Amino acid sequence: MSQATQDTAIRTGRVTRALIYVVLILFSLFYLLPLYVMLSNSVKPLEEITGGGMMNLPQVFTLEPWIKAWSSAQIGVEPTGLRPYFWNSIKMVVPAVIVSTILGALNGYVLTKWRFKYDTILFGLMLFACFIPFQIVLIPMARMLGLMGLAGTTWGLALVHVVYGIGFTTLYFRNYYAVFPTELIRAAQIDGAGFFQIFWRILLPSSGPIAVVSIIWQFTNIWNDFLFGASFADANSQPMTVALNNLVQSSTGVKEYNVHFAGAILAAMPTLLVYIVAGRYFVRGLMAGSVKG
Amino acid sequence: MAGSADADFKTRLQNWIPKLVLSPSLAMMMVFVYGFILFSVYLSFTDSRILPSFGWVGWENYDKLWRLSHWETSLINMGIFAGLYIVICTCIGLGLAIFLDQKIRGEGLLRPIYLYPMALSFIVTGTAWKWFLDPGIGLENVMHTWGWTSFEFDWIKNRDYAIYTVVLAAVWQTSGFVMAMFLAGLRGIDNEILRAAQMDGASNWNLYRRIIIPQLRPAFLSAFVILSHLAIKTFDLVIALTGGGPGRATELPATFMYSYTFTRNQMGIGAASATIMLMTIAAIMIPYLYAELREKR
Amino acid sequence: MGFLDIDNATKSYGAVEVLHKVDISVQEGEFLVLVGPSGCGKSTLLNMIAGLEEITSGEIRIKDQVMNGVHPSNRNIAMVFQSYALYPNMTVGQNITFGLEMHGVPKPERDKAMHEVATLLQIEQLLDRKPGQLSGGQRQRVAMGRALVREPDVFLFDEPLSNLDAKLRVDMRTEIKKLHQNLGTTIVYVTHDQIEAMTLSSRIAVMNGGYVQQLGTPQEIYDTPANIFVATFMGSPAMNVMPAKVAMLNGRPHAEVATHDGSMAQLPFSQDNLAAWDGRDILLGIRPETITDMDGADRKSSNIAQMTNRIVVTEPAGSDTFVSMQLGGRDVIARMRSDAEVAAGQDFDFAVNMEKAVAFDPESEMRIVP
Repeated sequence: MSQATQDTAIRTGRVTRALIYVVLILFSLFYLLPLYVMLSNSVKPLEEITGGGMMNLPQVFTLEPWIKAWSSAQIGVEPTGLRPYFWNSIKMVVPAVIVSTILGALNGYVLTKWRFKYDTILFGLMLFACFIPFQIVLIPMARMLGLMGLAGTTWGLALVHVVYGIGFTTLYFRNYYAVFPTELIRAAQIDGAGFFQIFWRILLPSSGPIAVVSIIWQFTNIWNDFLFGASFADANSQPMTVALNNLVQSSTGVKEYNVHFAGAILAAMPTLLVYIVAGRYFVRGLMAGSVKG
Repeated sequence: MAGSADADFKTRLQNWIPKLVLSPSLAMMMVFVYGFILFSVYLSFTDSRILPSFGWVGWENYDKLWRLSHWETSLINMGIFAGLYIVICTCIGLGLAIFLDQKIRGEGLLRPIYLYPMALSFIVTGTAWKWFLDPGIGLENVMHTWGWTSFEFDWIKNRDYAIYTVVLAAVWQTSGFVMAMFLAGLRGIDNEILRAAQMDGASNWNLYRRIIIPQLRPAFLSAFVILSHLAIKTFDLVIALTGGGPGRATELPATFMYSYTFTRNQMGIGAASATIMLMTIAAIMIPYLYAELREKR
Repeated sequence: MGFLDIDNATKSYGAVEVLHKVDISVQEGEFLVLVGPSGCGKSTLLNMIAGLEEITSGEIRIKDQVMNGVHPSNRNIAMVFQSYALYPNMTVGQNITFGLEMHGVPKPERDKAMHEVATLLQIEQLLDRKPGQLSGGQRQRVAMGRALVREPDVFLFDEPLSNLDAKLRVDMRTEIKKLHQNLGTTIVYVTHDQIEAMTLSSRIAVMNGGYVQQLGTPQEIYDTPANIFVATFMGSPAMNVMPAKVAMLNGRPHAEVATHDGSMAQLPFSQDNLAAWDGRDILLGIRPETITDMDGADRKSSNIAQMTNRIVVTEPAGSDTFVSMQLGGRDVIARMRSDAEVAAGQDFDFAVNMEKAVAFDPESEMRIVP
């Protein structure tokens, strides 16, 4: 998918091609529309929106909604804006991504290069865990976090995301290491390298691409999560997605749509930036394990 | 690696270390996934209300569940939503992929545009569409202001049509991903087969219908599995877009479970609904995973 | 006791036995080649010697020490892999010394050993490059350097030439042979290419289906194959094997073989004990190069038989001309001199060197031993 154009044996006539371009452009407008709406309406004063100007470009340009969304908007009972919750998300995401990626790499290494009986079944169990509806673990997990003293903390959330992210990271690394030449491992064994030396000196240096994929995928998923945040965080530790939802759903007073849009973009910015910068790896992460061959 | 009784120390150590390294993850799986699943399923057979309780009540929760109109509504909504979501995403995804596969200039620009919604949280998506579809300030209002005063688009506030707004937002988010899957599948098709078919006189239409699309069967399967599993898990989007409303018009099993467990203090029933969600996903995922893993060995 | 003893080695995966009681004793300085088709067990045996695969029963001993269960890095062996297995993120120099590093050899000694080996293999100028920047032949030399620098007791080669193109393969083959001559190391070499087996080895173990079909010098394997499998596997083009009947003529056992029109050719055997097979069916084995024209026949042979047969196809190959004919109902190939006057459809007088002919029992497929 990295080629700009691609060789295909199919030939199309000119009218067909024109039609194709029209359809493709129409769809790109469809996908871009909400982004345009969010961006343009986040820099307008409220009256422009309520006055039917949602689709127009801003007549008056103001950054006030952004400032409000970040530092003074009413989230629940506190008028703190989204800033503290941004940091909550960071505190949750960073450890979770690091730990789940490292564990995924080690697991993938074990499952492909140190085969033993039943290892495929164990992998299958880990894989199935990626797909369960998380509703089924909410109740016991809430209890467990309470027992561990982690209820309502970002550490608790980080733990949750590590546990439920390991399946995916293991999948990525396992598929990547499966095609890594096993003869390299054998040569290293004969040379006298042990389990960790082989991992550290030989496998890891060649794992750049898949590590990026895993990190990006985990970052995106964990940052964008809502269910776990809503279920296990309290008012102080909730991540940005939960705070955004609180901001938008507040039913008292005037609905400040421009602030809502600004908040939404703030919440979306990290993952969007990652997507723009490293989109190639993002796509690889989506594809891994989902298409045969 | 040698592991017989007379193996030397280094060999024995090297045999144990991999299993040791894997065990934390396995332990976590066993406890936090499968242990918890068993716990929740067990709870569905108890009289739990606000907190877990262990009084056995047999199938009582399930009886109550199936007699609740809220549950019935959520299932009907799920049927409509999942059906439309899967079909429309597949059609759009396939169509866009086929078009993009025609040596299009600017493909490098179009593809990321189709895919970027996947990078967004469902909450962000819900928020954006929520106000865009709101008749008060969104599309309907804009049309009125532009002069088209008879334009009506209040689906999101309409009990009968609200579910379709959820479909719209969900399709917007995921169809790019389906397109990427089909595109990868299309690019994996051997060009020589196409040339042979063209020499046999196949028109483009026949080429696609009889040769290319059948070869995309793995992609169709993967798309179906992933989309159906996403559909069943849909929660964030509904919360952000409609909150489950108006009334219960966009209630789905996931939102049902959450409200009954945490808001209405009916944990037993909530656990029962979660169990049913799990069974449905398992029915789709387990055969698929089994088939995939058997080959991967 | 040999330098390397493979003593009744057996390998099973669960209930499936893939190597059956392999028994080979390798002397110091020998070049043993394990040859056979894919799946015959040669790589499995090599991995067992290396310690990369567990031995199910039997023993492997190096210098009289039992190696069962000993970690590969403690066996004092070195291995060259089919894909060379050079560590992609390290330089050539680091690749060569990695094993020494793992064994705790201090840096000055490592560098000294590295330079010695690099000089020997003429790869000094490559020491700072990465494997991805090397050609196939250069990679092979680095892989060999990595093995040499360990000064192991036994060198193991796992099809090291399979990934090279034909010309390079011939060049590297000669290099390996020269290395063995200069260093006198003990080598176990796995290949599926019978030419490599013949040219490199001091002894060959022909394997099939997990059994050693025959163990012997190249000459023994070629001239006196133990069974039909060995006979047809070694040699290119393969030995011709055809049904024949033993008949006594003038007190001497002959092979009666049908020619193209059903008339029988009578070919006298040099092997006298075939008289006991009078009247019985056998399988006759004749190598292509032993069927020539009368002028080209081996003058040192005491048993050249004449046979007239019809030529079906001629294949001029530059250095030889291959001629095919019908014998015993089978397609039989003769390797003639390139300037032999042959044409398709022609009835030709062939000379068959029956001194080199072998006879097989059709039921057991074993050679009938004189």
